[in-house]
Amino acid sequence: MASKTLFEKIWDQHVVREEPDGTTLLYIDRHLVHEVTSPQAFEGLRLAGRRPRRPTAALAVPDHNVPTTDRSQGIADPMSALQISTLEGNCAEFGITYYGMEDIRQGIVHVIGPEQGLTLPGMTIVCGDSHTSTHGAFGALAFGIGTSEVEHVLATQCLVQKRPKTMEIRVEGTLPDYCSSKDVILAIIGQIGIGGGTGYVVEYTGSVIRSFSMEGRMTLCNMSIEAGARAGLVSPDELTVAYVKNRPLSPKEEVFQQAKSDWLALKTDPGARFDKVIELRGKDISPQVTWGTNPGMVTDVNGHVPDPASIPDEKLRMATERALAYMGLPGGIPICDIRVDRVFIGSCTNSRIEDLRVAARYVKGKHVAQSVKAMVVPGSGLVKRQAEGEGLDRIFREAGFEWREPGCSMCLAMNADVLTPGERCASTSNRNFEGRQGKGGRTHLVSPAMAAAAAVEGHFVDIRDWKMGDQ
Amino acid sequence: MQAFTILTGTVAPLNRGNVDTDQIIPKQYLKTIHRTGLKEGLFADWRRRADGAQDPEFFINQPCYQQATILLTRENFGCGSSREHAPWALLDYGIRCIVAPSFADIFYNNCFQNGILPVELPGEVIQTLFDRVAHTDQYQVTVDLAQQVVTLPEGEKYSFTLDSFRKDCLLKGLDGIGLTLQHESAITAYEKRRAHEAPWLFQDFSSSVHS
Ligand code: SF4
Repeated sequence: MASKTLFEKIWDQHVVREEPDGTTLLYIDRHLVHEVTSPQAFEGLRLAGRRPRRPTAALAVPDHNVPTTDRSQGIADPMSALQISTLEGNCAEFGITYYGMEDIRQGIVHVIGPEQGLTLPGMTIVCGDSHTSTHGAFGALAFGIGTSEVEHVLATQCLVQKRPKTMEIRVEGTLPDYCSSKDVILAIIGQIGIGGGTGYVVEYTGSVIRSFSMEGRMTLCNMSIEAGARAGLVSPDELTVAYVKNRPLSPKEEVFQQAKSDWLALKTDPGARFDKVIELRGKDISPQVTWGTNPGMVTDVNGHVPDPASIPDEKLRMATERALAYMGLPGGIPICDIRVDRVFIGSCTNSRIEDLRVAARYVKGKHVAQSVKAMVVPGSGLVKRQAEGEGLDRIFREAGFEWREPGCSMCLAMNADVLTPGERCASTSNRNFEGRQGKGGRTHLVSPAMAAAAAVEGHFVDIRDWKMGDQ
Repeated sequence: MQAFTILTGTVAPLNRGNVDTDQIIPKQYLKTIHRTGLKEGLFADWRRRADGAQDPEFFINQPCYQQATILLTRENFGCGSSREHAPWALLDYGIRCIVAPSFADIFYNNCFQNGILPVELPGEVIQTLFDRVAHTDQYQVTVDLAQQVVTLPEGEKYSFTLDSFRKDCLLKGLDGIGLTLQHESAITAYEKRRAHEAPWLFQDFSSSVHS
């Protein structure tokens, strides 16, 4: 048998039919649904008189619009409230499981899929959301789709696709202390650019990737889309199997044993070829901070904001000038001189229990700088409960952080959690586009550790020579 | 979906690279439960300057582009979020064709779902088009999907490539779901086979969710 990559194995298992020109009808195992990208899809079904083919393959949850403050008051914004009640109504009408805002299992869709055991290795998983790539951490082929395709999957449980190209991103060696998978993915995007992965499915390999926890792998795969790749993959191993085991909705007993042997065979064969290979050395990676208006505008914490005057290429110079003007930053200044007004720890990139534990270690016994407003938004109700069980909420509160209810929150600021024009935020989220966290807001993407330290100092610090909390 | 065959229209220039979908339609317009009426949100944050005044340079604010049906832009257009509100807003404004050196994957896909043709042309051709548009009021080009050719008023012709299946669907304005449903027996056969090979994929979790 010919050698295959992990991607090819999953793809081949999901081909329902293939046309001579390569157009493929691909079967979709799992469909996650949220309130923003689904109403028009359900409306489309209704207009065409169609029903979902396998409603039990889908799970729906509101996350983008939900308030992160006291929920007993309901939702103040009538548009947000309508979008959420529309989702609830559609799920009831079409027989789709729905975790409402009052449910402890509610949270960011890409946090709860894995948490509930809905995300399994070898699956095809889609969601009307570009960060569906997160689930690739389990060795599932997971990618974001638009609303028309949401409707397509509801109606047919399939998508029409062309086989993408494959890229291996190998990170060997060991990662220096204080660096996390967030720094690795930001460094990768810095190297290949925000369009560098377009048209590819990426498999992350190498000893650094293997050493990551499942949370770390999710952070990594989550931001694959920020390099333009629709999907990222890490092949499943014993760690993956252990994470999936005993989740509320994962398979049990003999079925689990059978699944496990299948999952552990999901590996790229020796000799299998990728269309492109990129290599990074773990030891070269430092804590990363974005300085501009896309995730590829990133540098080391001990580096400087670029100076447009020193950029010969005209297009790049103009793009840099534009980004720095928006960010309100003079060219050439050290990253550690950048002061922040807000700190946001949350989003589907970094709101899992491990992220909160790391951030808490940095702030324990310290206090948020006077000029800074900081908040922690756990990724799900269950993450929140677990963190509270471990006393993390107390550490954050005592340090002056706000401790909120789960949701997307200030990652995209569709609810009330918004930057005001000109405010500067150290954020553990995934996008620093203009206006992403509020019109005129300025976002710097960092790891949870870097965000926590910035909250305490009021500016970015090189955490490698910074004294953590409680030491 | 509206079919796309031949389009002759005014070209509106958006001279920026890596335009993300957060700019095409900012989040405050995503709260709708409809797919129409989104043109108000199209590039909402770029229509105005920081001081709140209308930016007269921005194409949407220029009278000569009010009737534009073709958008000319730079590399990696439509990166970021999967929101289909981005093509919906462009369509609502009247854009039926976008010409750029490259597009982000999900956005590219979403265009075809909505009768918008994304055309990839080499960087030099894009530069030529920007130069011509800058010097001509109401610069018009013709895009012929069947022939896969863009024709400039000066007579130059540039061919472009695209996937044959997508081309066919767009030419005929086909309903993609209807096409897939023609293969229903193949889907059912696939499900039967997989349920046997990998039963955990077909467990009905919805009965076990009530904790
Ligand atoms: S947390 Fe942010 S990136 Fe993730 S799903 Fe929500 S809005 Fe999208």
